[in-house]
Amino acid sequence: MSYYAYDFWWWPYLFILLAGWLMTDGFRFLGVYFGGRIAEDSEALVVVRTLATALVAAVIGNLVVFPSGALAAAPLWMRVASMVVGFAVYLALRKSVLFGILAGEAVLIAGLYAIGFSG
Amino acid sequence: MDGPMQPFERPPSSASASGYGHWFLRGVWTSFSIPLLILMSAFVGFAGLARESGVALEHTLFMTAIVWALPAKVVLIGAIMGGASLPAAAFAVALTSVRLTPMVVSIVPELRTEKTRPVVLYFLSHFVAVTSWVLAMERMRAVPRPMRTAWYCGLGGTLIAVNMVVVAVVYMLAGSLSPTLSAALLMMTPLYFLTSLWGSARERASHFAMAFGMVLGPVFHVLTPGFDLMAAGFTGGAAAYLLHRLTRRKAKVGEGTP
Repeated sequence: MSYYAYDFWWWPYLFILLAGWLMTDGFRFLGVYFGGRIAEDSEALVVVRTLATALVAAVIGNLVVFPSGALAAAPLWMRVASMVVGFAVYLALRKSVLFGILAGEAVLIAGLYAIGFSG
Repeated sequence: MDGPMQPFERPPSSASASGYGHWFLRGVWTSFSIPLLILMSAFVGFAGLARESGVALEHTLFMTAIVWALPAKVVLIGAIMGGASLPAAAFAVALTSVRLTPMVVSIVPELRTEKTRPVVLYFLSHFVAVTSWVLAMERMRAVPRPMRTAWYCGLGGTLIAVNMVVVAVVYMLAGSLSPTLSAALLMMTPLYFLTSLWGSARERASHFAMAFGMVLGPVFHVLTPGFDLMAAGFTGGAAAYLLHRLTRRKAKVGEGTP
């Protein structure tokens, strides 16, 4: 039942519809249905937000520690350094996402050039 | 994508179809902003990630249009790469999408008039994701109330359309990049989420959750492959919430003493 389980042309679409669309628009539609009946600062929502944040953070961690493609050939310390510097610049420049990303990328690209990276 | 002249409500006597068209275009115009630039950089990373995961271009574009929320898509790709089953992938996506409900709840009262049909609101709710929500909460007050549905349709529709183009172009170019640039492309997604997730955290519990999740993700990737996201999400999230409760109680005790 995984994404690559079947060869039918429609299977990826069905997988994306059920695992992706139904789950995202389902919660959006719930919001329309409930209208103004949910308090945004309710404790249950804090719990859900916390679990969801940890889950997305887990994806981030995996993308850095176990990346795919060309990034997998870059040294781990360089990937971590890119994240650390990107985050530091983001915080230093009053939470500028754009400059945080640029700084992290600059560290990675400069580092890869320095070690003569070839994939 | 809907044309700019399509009416979304039975026009009240004062509003004409050209009024809707005008405000739809104003919505399109509002979407060209710094938040769109940041979002585009995130989708540059997403396209590289999707290509690397082996998801075909047409499926990536389908996913972009129909899921739209980026954390949900990145988690979906992560689940696909990890070989997760359909129920496991759906559950992980659901967990990242619960946050959409309160976002929609807070935007709906601003969007509607007494005459707005529910089907219009259900349709427009699909556009709700962080960027369009932030822009709408900031700028919608300046839009005449009967025109807000048309305006938000222009805004949300443009954000999706622009990023579908970004995904298609980057996906097709990604194969011809040098190893250094394609490594840099794959670094975009973690950098984007590290910073944007930190900024959007409403309470300190979410900051704890980020720290725990980033460490536990790789740990569970080794311990429980295929189930790593759920395991890290639940243990990291629960630990962060408990820590949040604990430190808050201490803070309250501290407030009581002079």
